[in-house]
Amino acid sequence: MPLILATSFAELKDIFLMQGFAGFSLFAVFLLMALGLAIIFGQMKVINMAHGEFLTVGAYVTVFLSHMVVNHAPKLLPYYFPAAIVCAFVVAFILGYIVEIGLVKYLYNRPLDTLLATWGLSMILQQACRSLFGAREDTATLPEWMMGSWSPSEGLDIPINGMFLLALAIVMVLLVYALMYRSRWGLKVRATMQNRAMAGAVGINTKRVDRVTFALGCGLAGIAGAAFTTIGSVSPSAGSLYIVDTFIVVVFGGAASLLGTVLSAFTIAQSQSILEFFLTGVLAKIFVLVGVIILLMIRPQGLIASKVRR
Amino acid sequence: MLDVKNLQVAYGESEIISQLSFSVARKETLAIMGRNGMGKTTLMKALIGILKCRQGSVQVDGLDVAKFDSFKRVDSGLAYVPQGRQIFPTLSVEDNIRTGLVTVGKRKIDDWVYTLFPVLKEMRRRRGGNLSGGQQQQLAIARALVSEPKVLLLDEPTEGIQPSIIQDIARMLNELKKLRDITIVVSEQVLSFTLEIADRILVMEGGRFVHEDLRANVDEAKIHQYLAV
Repeated sequence: MPLILATSFAELKDIFLMQGFAGFSLFAVFLLMALGLAIIFGQMKVINMAHGEFLTVGAYVTVFLSHMVVNHAPKLLPYYFPAAIVCAFVVAFILGYIVEIGLVKYLYNRPLDTLLATWGLSMILQQACRSLFGAREDTATLPEWMMGSWSPSEGLDIPINGMFLLALAIVMVLLVYALMYRSRWGLKVRATMQNRAMAGAVGINTKRVDRVTFALGCGLAGIAGAAFTTIGSVSPSAGSLYIVDTFIVVVFGGAASLLGTVLSAFTIAQSQSILEFFLTGVLAKIFVLVGVIILLMIRPQGLIASKVRR
Repeated sequence: MLDVKNLQVAYGESEIISQLSFSVARKETLAIMGRNGMGKTTLMKALIGILKCRQGSVQVDGLDVAKFDSFKRVDSGLAYVPQGRQIFPTLSVEDNIRTGLVTVGKRKIDDWVYTLFPVLKEMRRRRGGNLSGGQQQQLAIARALVSEPKVLLLDEPTEGIQPSIIQDIARMLNELKKLRDITIVVSEQVLSFTLEIADRILVMEGGRFVHEDLRANVDEAKIHQYLAV
């Protein structure tokens, strides 16, 4: 008899809740990754195949810091994680800035060339991580307070790291929203991404906007990397596992919409997490992808598209 | 105020403008007329820096901007209203105007903008792309004016605009000339509009100037001939 029929209603509710909360961890990582890619791909139209490697970089920064703390200053263990998030952002931001200057800026409006070049970059970065940190998987030592779970009722366990990630993702969404839609810098970004030549002709330094915007997207992937260390172990190819999912989230959400990205990350992460409990991981993924394809056939512009004549 | 000397502009190998020189005095309005494909838009784009100037100099109030990126030219006192408006369609009207304020480092839109363009005040929360052509044209002019330019470049402001709005734009520009210390270079094909605003008319053909007239003694028949296809 299939599992779903064998379980009672109360158990089913707990399963949904638990898988739902497990899905929140996945949602948080998806969302952080997708936020960066929504800026880089959604706004700048750069197909950045190396986006996953910025997650890897952020994750390695976190792992490295956790080893440093464990070996040299174990007393700081409960506090290091917020600092690791900031460091992951800064390192990924700087790396992104360099990549923009050295590679991406020559390839604007050449999507296929960008795709190939950034794919090559992703392989270089993966190999660099392999050489620097070794091919073996590594894990960050998490502070005590992030481990374990909270059980509000019998049979229901909600992991604390999942809730922490969720809070982190929500804070980042709000920050990015404020930056993009409430600040003067965001205005410059939105103008530049709509019409680069004209933005320059009204007085915006578009080259600088491009550099900082790309670096910011990469920095967000770095934060996703720090978040990732709380739910998985890091290997040089960790980020590449997320890149396709992240593109799906951004395209499904509607390329230039922040709200669309949030809704889409939520839908995909939750359906995958809940389906995984009843089916195998691969089957769950197939179901999710088929769902995405059907919805994109009905709404090619994604979940949320801006209503404007073009 | 604007001095262009030996300007040369080319798309790849094909040279559109070669050795073009002209100057515009302070507070003067110069109209550049000519049929389609004669190099008016190319000249405008080269002046604001969307196209590279291959050779020559473009001096704004004594400063040569020919090697500058667009945004630095705006900072040096140029402002540009492109052909076809090119407002930012998904930005609100307010935000469109604010993009012009970046250069002067302000956030607040001054009252005179809405006094000059009352329709933009009504529409200020709408997205730029949902405005009519005439409203978009006014928005594009407002966006250029808020950067407080010394020289305003207008590329075919009447293209695709209904006659009553063309009248409004001419009236607004004349008002503006009285209010502000501004020099205007406008490219046009509509002679009636040009005669309402211009102090001097240059006719362009094949990337060169072939005829010059002051408004005071303009030879309408001759200019019509140049504009006829």
